Amino acid sequence: MADGNAHVAAKSFYEEGTTKKSTGITSWLFSTDHKRIGLMYLVTITAFFFVGALFGVLMRLELMAPGETIMGAQEYNTLFTLHGVIMIFLFIIPGIPAIFGNFFLPLQLGAKDVAFPRLNLLSYWIYLIGSVLVILSLFMQGGPIDTGWTFYVPYSVRTTTSVSLPLFAAFVLGFSSILTGLNFIVTIHRMRAPGMNFFRMPLFGWSIYATAWIQVIATPVVGITILLVIIERSFGVGIFDPALGGDPILFQHLFWIYSHPAVYIMILPAMGVVSEIIPTFSRRTIFGYTPIAMSSLAIAFVGYLVWAHHMFTSGMSDTSRVIFSLLTYIVALPSGVKVFNWVATMYKGSIDPKPPFLWVMSFVFLFSIGGLTGLVLGSITADIHVHDTYFVVSHFHYVMFGGTGTIVFAALYYWFPKMFGKMYNIKWANINALFYIIAFNVLYFPKFIMGYQGMPRRYYDYLPEFADLQMLSTIGSWIMFATLVSIFLNLYLAIKKGKKAHNNPWGGVTLEWQTSSPPPLLNFDREITVNHEPYDFSQLKELDYESK
Amino acid sequence: MLGFFTGYAPASTTETVDNVMLFIVAISVVLLIGVTATMIFFVFKYHRKKGHKPVDIHGNLLLEVIWIGIPTILVLAMFYYGYLGFSQIRYIPEDAFQINVTARMWSWDFNYPNGKKTDSLYIPVGKPIKLIMESADVNHSLFIPAFRIKEDVIAGRTTYLSFAAQVEGRYDIACAEYCGLKHSMMYTAVIVMDEKNFEKWYNDSEDISETQEEVAMAKFEIPSINLLQEKGCMTCHTIDGSEKLAPSFKGIVGTKRIVLTDGVEREVIVDEEYIRRSILYPNADIVKGFAFGMMPTQTYNLNEEELDKVVESIMSIN
Ligand code: HEM
Ligand SMILES: [Cu+2]
Repeated sequence: MADGNAHVAAKSFYEEGTTKKSTGITSWLFSTDHKRIGLMYLVTITAFFFVGALFGVLMRLELMAPGETIMGAQEYNTLFTLHGVIMIFLFIIPGIPAIFGNFFLPLQLGAKDVAFPRLNLLSYWIYLIGSVLVILSLFMQGGPIDTGWTFYVPYSVRTTTSVSLPLFAAFVLGFSSILTGLNFIVTIHRMRAPGMNFFRMPLFGWSIYATAWIQVIATPVVGITILLVIIERSFGVGIFDPALGGDPILFQHLFWIYSHPAVYIMILPAMGVVSEIIPTFSRRTIFGYTPIAMSSLAIAFVGYLVWAHHMFTSGMSDTSRVIFSLLTYIVALPSGVKVFNWVATMYKGSIDPKPPFLWVMSFVFLFSIGGLTGLVLGSITADIHVHDTYFVVSHFHYVMFGGTGTIVFAALYYWFPKMFGKMYNIKWANINALFYIIAFNVLYFPKFIMGYQGMPRRYYDYLPEFADLQMLSTIGSWIMFATLVSIFLNLYLAIKKGKKAHNNPWGGVTLEWQTSSPPPLLNFDREITVNHEPYDFSQLKELDYESK
Repeated sequence: MLGFFTGYAPASTTETVDNVMLFIVAISVVLLIGVTATMIFFVFKYHRKKGHKPVDIHGNLLLEVIWIGIPTILVLAMFYYGYLGFSQIRYIPEDAFQINVTARMWSWDFNYPNGKKTDSLYIPVGKPIKLIMESADVNHSLFIPAFRIKEDVIAGRTTYLSFAAQVEGRYDIACAEYCGLKHSMMYTAVIVMDEKNFEKWYNDSEDISETQEEVAMAKFEIPSINLLQEKGCMTCHTIDGSEKLAPSFKGIVGTKRIVLTDGVEREVIVDEEYIRRSILYPNADIVKGFAFGMMPTQTYNLNEEELDKVVESIMSIN
């Protein structure tokens, strides 16, 4: 057994790269090392996350009081569109797979890298180009896009703002997603260490696997749809715009056939991270390994069949509405199964609620609210009232931000010592979790109430009766932004001058904890063979870990 | 919201939706508290400080069956109630009073069978109503929060919405599908009157309604000024010389103005040619002081004949 502290381990991946020179910017931009690529995604995605969050805070400032506060209607419409585009296409869809999937999938499989390291680098470059196109589009003639991130036709065909370029950017970003998915599928099939059959694979791998299939199968649909809109705008070909003989509902179907499965691209990897963190801090095996793994696949496949629940008021036939409502309720079940199994994993464990665990607890709470309010939206009767109101805005923030966003932080707190070899301030991280959950609910819970009272979404201005709750939500956005900055500072200071971290600070047993922190270029200084199930904590006796 | 807080339900659909909502939320709250409380309880009970030895439990088939089975029953019940409510909401009685609705950026027109035309919706209490809805431009959605119903108004399609109001009063109508600049200002109202008052209003040739604005316009005796109203030009432009969002139409022919063409300032004299171009290519010349990209092209909004009429009426406003 390797025991990283005893040997003076080989050079870390920071000291030894895949390029000729191992330091400097080019040694990163041209590196095919999955760990460096993961870190590049981390830096880029963090930057976009903060821009997106800043836009959110600006919108909240505008909504602080009725009437014009800090901007005009056009600016507001542009902001919610950019906020949505950045959060969806640049933050939450790539998010966990690109950062943590890249960094930890090979490590957890006992592999030296992903199956196609160069393709992996290409995916990063495509992501970068796509994001540069988004930024460029802000300066194009007509001004920044104002269609909402859903690009609904005919508005998106008729508006004079710059629509084609950001659409093309989304098209480009799609390729990054497809190629990353493809890479992970092959990696999981071909690169598992000897002895690691599919059912000895950590559950994070399962979730990445299910996600990757969605990325590969669903993304082309939105790519084609986007191209059709560009063609329609540029050449007046009537595909979606009825003034030219097209059908706007067709656009909505095509858009959601991708974008509904895309919400599982967002949430499945987060669920995988949860399935890693709970066993480690409960120091016992996962409850219901097979149901959790299979529910990921179930979500991935049933998830294709529910897209039209975004269209319950669109004038689609009543029969389709009934069928899609039923299917929507069915797809809720596997998510429930996961939550119950996670809680059961805490039963008779030995629980040490360190920051990653506290963040997972916040996740379970916030994600449950998001999921359960999804049941309201799934009902054709209730949705007819709350569709396209703040109720929906609140719901998807609870799921995406409270769900996946929270887990991005949990994953960072969990794997940070492995990625950087440093430890952050634990107490600070705990306090941040507390503030986060308060801020989150102050920011978004009022939106459920406003939504039910009839406050439509994408509204620059509102009726005076909403003023108090809007103000409350804005106060929440300030606490939230301060908390986000505080999280960032803690981690940033830890990188700069944190204490050196133990190779296995939490007592984890999956393979990433059995190498040095940070890992060497080829991940392990020995050949890996696996003869345990993934969460067998009896191994801890033989492993090196920080016992306090 | 009225029904929720006062106990009066403005429409039958209000109760239908509120009941389904309450049913789902009640179950959800129980589940949420159950999961959260159990989780927190476990953290205290099995805290590492207490020194328990962890027990590896790999799973339990019975439990899995239970927590797939019970939620399945619950969600099927939710689905079923939703289905029942939906059938009620979408049911249209034979004798429903039909009103045609046209939505446009950013106003509503209601056209009654007898030719009456308004920008608010006037209905008699208790009578089933069927709205037959079309859009003049992009997608909109007619949303009556107090009645808990909405239906999108889709370009190139006809959709419908049906309801019966139970309590007299004035309730907001909002646009719930994003439709551009003034989406959030696309409010109007449904005015529910008792049968007698409605009859009086409906058969009154002299208008007592909010249509007054339009009536006044007609009284200016400007040919087809109503077309300007109908096509939505008047949401931004005015005919009285005041300029808020866009230049006024009042007496513009022959005036000089500074415009930005491809970012370069130049002076033009307003003539028919200029007006025509400004309608079809609004952003080719931007009058100094107004925002680029504010006005969408009207190519899809006007056919050739209408365009001629619009140009003619703009030129005749003095
Ligand atoms: C500081 C954090 C955030 C704040 C203050 C915030 C606030 C807002 C506000 C005010 C809106 C507009 C609501 C409306 O006018 O209808 C909005 C929309 C949206 N937000 Fe956030 N948000 C935050 C974080 C996030 C995150 C983390 C995500 C995704 C992971 C996200 C995804 C979205 C999306 C997709 C929309 C819809 C945009 C559209 O309608 O096209 N937001 N947010
Ligand atoms: Cu609208």
